[in-house]
Amino acid sequence: MTTKLFGARIRRSEDPRLVTGNGRYLDDLGHDAYEVAFVRSPHAHARILDIDVSEGVEVDGLVAIYTYQDLDGRMGEPLPLLIPHPTLTHGRTQHALARDEVNYVGEAVVMVVAVDRYVAEDVVGRVRVDYEPLPAVVGIDAARAAADLVHPDVPGNAAAVMVQESGDAEAAIDAAPHVLELDLSIERSASMPMEGKGVLARWDSDDESLLVHTSTQTSTSVRQAVAAKLGLPVDRVEVVTPDVGGGFGVKIVHPWPEEVLVPWAAVRLGHPVKWTEDRREHFVSSAHERAQQHHVRVGYDDEGRLHGLSVRFWHDNGAYTPYGLIVPIITSTQLLGPYKPGAYRVEFTSLYTNTVIVTPYRGAGRPQGCFVMERTMDAIADALGLDRAEVRLRNFIRPDEMPYDHGLIFQDGRPLVYDSGDFPASLDKLTKLVGWDDFEAYRAQARSEGRRVGIGLACYVEGTGVGPYEGGHVRVETDGTVVVSTGLTTQGQGHQTMLAQIVADELGVPFDRIRVTTGDTRRFKYAVGTFASRTAVMSGSAVALTARKVREKALRIAAQALEASVDDLDIVDGHVEVKGSPGATIDLGAVAVLSNPLRYAFDEAAARATQFATPADPDTPPVAPGEAPGLEGTDFYSPPRSTFANGMHAVVVETDPDTADIKILRYCVVHDCGTIINPMIVEGQVHGGVAQGVGGALYERMEYGPDGQLLNASFMDFLMPYASEVPEIEIDHLETPSPLNPLGVKGAGEAGVIPGSAAIASAIEDAEGIPIRSMPISPSELFDLRSRRSV
Amino acid sequence: MKPSPFSYHRPRTVEEAVELLGALGEEGKVLAGGQSLVPLMSMRLAAPAHLVDVNHIPELDTVAVTAAGVRVGATARHARVEKDAAAYDAAPLLRQGLVNVAHPTIRNRGTTVGSLVHADPSAEMPAVLALLGGSVELRSTAGSREVAAADFFVGPMESALRPGELAVAATFHRPPPRSGSAFVELARRHGDYALCGVAALVTTDHDGAVTTARVALISVGPVPVVVDVGAAVHGTGTAFDTERLAGLLDAAIDPEADIHATAEYRRHLAHVLAARALTEAHEHAGPTRDERAS
Repeated sequence: MTTKLFGARIRRSEDPRLVTGNGRYLDDLGHDAYEVAFVRSPHAHARILDIDVSEGVEVDGLVAIYTYQDLDGRMGEPLPLLIPHPTLTHGRTQHALARDEVNYVGEAVVMVVAVDRYVAEDVVGRVRVDYEPLPAVVGIDAARAAADLVHPDVPGNAAAVMVQESGDAEAAIDAAPHVLELDLSIERSASMPMEGKGVLARWDSDDESLLVHTSTQTSTSVRQAVAAKLGLPVDRVEVVTPDVGGGFGVKIVHPWPEEVLVPWAAVRLGHPVKWTEDRREHFVSSAHERAQQHHVRVGYDDEGRLHGLSVRFWHDNGAYTPYGLIVPIITSTQLLGPYKPGAYRVEFTSLYTNTVIVTPYRGAGRPQGCFVMERTMDAIADALGLDRAEVRLRNFIRPDEMPYDHGLIFQDGRPLVYDSGDFPASLDKLTKLVGWDDFEAYRAQARSEGRRVGIGLACYVEGTGVGPYEGGHVRVETDGTVVVSTGLTTQGQGHQTMLAQIVADELGVPFDRIRVTTGDTRRFKYAVGTFASRTAVMSGSAVALTARKVREKALRIAAQALEASVDDLDIVDGHVEVKGSPGATIDLGAVAVLSNPLRYAFDEAAARATQFATPADPDTPPVAPGEAPGLEGTDFYSPPRSTFANGMHAVVVETDPDTADIKILRYCVVHDCGTIINPMIVEGQVHGGVAQGVGGALYERMEYGPDGQLLNASFMDFLMPYASEVPEIEIDHLETPSPLNPLGVKGAGEAGVIPGSAAIASAIEDAEGIPIRSMPISPSELFDLRSRRSV
Repeated sequence: MKPSPFSYHRPRTVEEAVELLGALGEEGKVLAGGQSLVPLMSMRLAAPAHLVDVNHIPELDTVAVTAAGVRVGATARHARVEKDAAAYDAAPLLRQGLVNVAHPTIRNRGTTVGSLVHADPSAEMPAVLALLGGSVELRSTAGSREVAAADFFVGPMESALRPGELAVAATFHRPPPRSGSAFVELARRHGDYALCGVAALVTTDHDGAVTTARVALISVGPVPVVVDVGAAVHGTGTAFDTERLAGLLDAAIDPEADIHATAEYRRHLAHVLAARALTEAHEHAGPTRDERAS
C-alpha cells in the first residue's frame, strides 16, 4: 500500500475552490428563473379573515400570486410529521401556505412569483391580509400555564409527555445521604448558517421531469417528499445539493414549505422558479433550538457518588412538531454524559408556543442536557466541599464497564449502550492540559493584581453515527480516475477530503485521482442525510466497504491479465503489481478498460477490450455469470446502533469586577471520536463547535416579546460571536476506537458545541461565587446577579 | 431584503447636489458611505424615492487641519480621518473614538459626517463632536449655515439637517494646550454599538493638575450627553471623586433598557467608564510640545 492517508493531516481539497470565491451556492444558479417572495404573518397567532391581492396584481413583472386556495392535491395537506413517536400524541405540522390560522410571526401566507426578487417584494408589500389576532403563547412559562392555547385541540399546549426510567430513582434519592434540587434553564438560539435556505426548480415538460436544486442536508429525502407532494413518480424527480453554506441542523428539516412550493410553481408555470431565503426570513421562519427549563432532584453520598437522579423538564417545541421529539429525547438520554446516575428517571413535556419551530441545531438537545448534568456535578462538589474534577471522576463509567447499557432507549430507537471510551484518561489529559491543579496559584496571583478569574469544566458523551444506513458507489474510470459517490450531503465539513482519504488507502490510488460527489440523487438514490455527526461513521464506512469490493474485482481482472494469482497482487499508486516482480504491472485505468468487454474501440485504450484484441475462452461469455461490466461497486453500511464519542472542556474566564464584562482567557478541549481520519478536519470541526458554544453561552438568544415578535431578527441584535470573541482553542485527542464499524471511527461534527454553556457557567460561577443557573449570561445579567447578592 | 424602487442621481458638484436636494425635498436622501442607509433600504425600513449620491463630488473628499481644528468633508471616510496624522495631532480624540466605530471594513466605506447626520445616540462620532465642540456646515439652495455642535443633535436619529440640505463638512475644535482625551466603551462584541461609551477631555495646568474635565456619554440618552465633571476633581487636581462623579452623571443621563442591557446596568457602566476615561485622559494630558522643548 502507498503512504497511508487515513489519520494524516491532509489539506482539504475543497478549500482552494471555496476560499477563492468559486463555490457554487444555490443563489449562484438559475439566473433565468422567476423569483419568489412570501407574505409572512406579522402576528404570532391569528385567524386569517381575508386576503386581497388586487393592488399586487397591478405591479409590472408579477408572474403569479398563490394562496392556500390554489394548492391542489396533496399540496393542500399539512406537511409531513417526519419522525412520529408513540408518545407524540398531539403532533401538528403546518400547511405549505397558511390555511386559516397562523401560529408564528413569519409563517408563510401568500407566495408571490415575479421576474425578480425586487418585484416580488414590491408585490408582497401590496398584498393585504386581514387577520383577527388571537392571544399568543410565548415562552415556556406561558405554555405551561396554558391560560391560552396554541392549538385549540391540544390541551395544556402539550404535544407529548414522555417518561423513561432505569431503576426506582425517587426511592434511591429518598434513601441517599444527601439530596439537592436545582432549577436550570437554557435560552433559544439557532443554527444560523451563513447561507440561508434556497430552492431552484426546473420542470422539463417534454421529458416530464423535475430537477430541483436545494440547500439541504438531505437530498434523497427531499426527492421523495417533492414527488409525493406533487404527485409525480419518484423517478421523474431528481434533487441536487450545490455547495451549501452551512447547515448545522436547520437544513435537515424537510420539506420546508418553500421546498415543495417552488417545484410546484415551476411545474405549474412551466418555467424555472427560484427562492433564496434572506436573513430576516431565516430568523422568523427557519428553525430555532435549545429553550428548555429543568428541575433536577439528585441523591448522593458523602463521596459525591450519585445514588439517584430525577429530571423533569419542559421543552419549547415552537408552533409545530415536524421533526417529532428528537431534541428532547436526545436531551433526556444524553444528559447522563459519562456518568453512572444510579437510578434515573426523566420526564419531559414538549410544549407548543406561538414561535418558530424548534428542531435540531448542532448539539441537538445535548448542550442543555450537559448543562444540567454538569451544573449538578458542580453543585454536589460545592455542597460537599470536594474538587469538581474529583466528583466527576468518582461518577465516571470505567473503561472496564464498556459496553455500558443505561437501560434507556436512544433517539435511534435503539438501546442507549456506550460502545467504548476511557473517561478517566480523558479527564487526566484535560486537567493536565489546562493546569487544573495549579489554578489556585494563578487565581491568587490574579487577585493580587486586582483581577478576578475562574476555571470550569464540563464533560459530555455524544451518540453519533446514527443509522439506519448510508451507501457508497466507487467506480474506476478508464483513465484511472476514481469517482466516489455517497447519497448524504455536505455543508462544508470536508467530506470530500475525508472520503477520498479512505478510498485512497482502501483502493491503493493517489489521493488526487479521486473525485467525490455528495448529495446528488442522479448519482446515488439511497441515503438518509447529514446530521447526528454521522458522515464519517456512515458514509466513511460505506465507501470503505465499497472500495474493498472494487479492489477485489480489480485484482480478479488484473490476475487474468497478468497471468498471476490474486494472492500475489497488490495495488500501489494506482497500479496493480505482482509482488516481487517489478515490471509485471497494469494500471487501474487499464483494468477498468478490461472490465468492460467492448465491440467498439472509441479510443486507443478501449481497443484493448474489443472482441479481437486478445484470445478468449470460446465457451465462457465475455461477462461471466455474477459479474457486471465496469470496475465499480456499490455497498452499504448499517450499524446495529449509534457509536458514542465523548469529550471534556475546561475554560478559564476573567470577569471584570467593575463592568461585569466576561472574557475567556483559555479554552481547552480533550476530544475522543475514536480513530481519527484527518486530525486537521476534526480540529476544524471542534473549533467551529466551540465558537457556537461560546455563542450559546455568552451571546446568542432569540429575544421574543410577549406578543411573539422576534425583537432581534438581524445580525445587529442577534449576537453571534465574531473571531474576536472566540478564544484560542487548545486541543488534545484521545483515540478509543469504536468496535461497531470497520474504521473504528465516531462522529466529530457536533462535539465542540455541546459543553460550552456548562463549562463557561462553571468558570463564571468559580470566579464570582454566585450560582449560575441559566444560560446564556450577559454582562448586564451578571451585574444583576451581583446586585442581588449584595442586597 | 431588496430595496423599493428609487431613482439614483449622481451630481458632480455641491451646487448640483443642493439643487437636486432642493427640488426633491422630503423625497431625496443623500448617499455617502451607505453603511446605515443601504441596510435600512434593503430591509425596507427606509424607502426614499430618490438617492443623491455625493461620492463623485471631489471637493467633499477632504480632511483639513487648521489652527482652529479639523475640518472633515462629507465623503471623507472614517478610515481616512482615523489614519490622518495631522488630525490626530490636533485632536487625538478623533482617532480614539474612531477605532471604536464598527470594524475596519465598515470604516473604509462609512463617513464621519454621515455618522454625525445619522445621529445615532449610540454612535461614537457625535459624542466626539459634542465634546470637542465645533460645528456642521449645511448647504442648500438658500445658502450655507453653520450649526454648532451643541445644537446639532436633536434626538435619536435626528439632527438639525433639514430636507433639501447637504452636510458638506464638520469641524472638530482643537482642544486647548495641556489637554488629554480618551474614549472608553463597552460593547457586547468587538465593533458593536456600545452598551455605554464615554469620551473624556481633561485640561491641566503647568503642574499637571486638572483645571477642566468634561465627558460625553453615548447610549445613555437621546443624544450624546455632555457633562462638565470639574466639580468631581479632588482638591489636589490629580484624581476624581467617584461618588461626586456619579452624582454629576446621574443628573445628566437617562439610560433606557433594551435587549442587551438594563437601564441600571447602563447607569453603572456610565460611572465606571467615565472614571476610567477621565483617568486615561488625565494621563494623556501633558505639557505641550513647546513646553517639552523648553
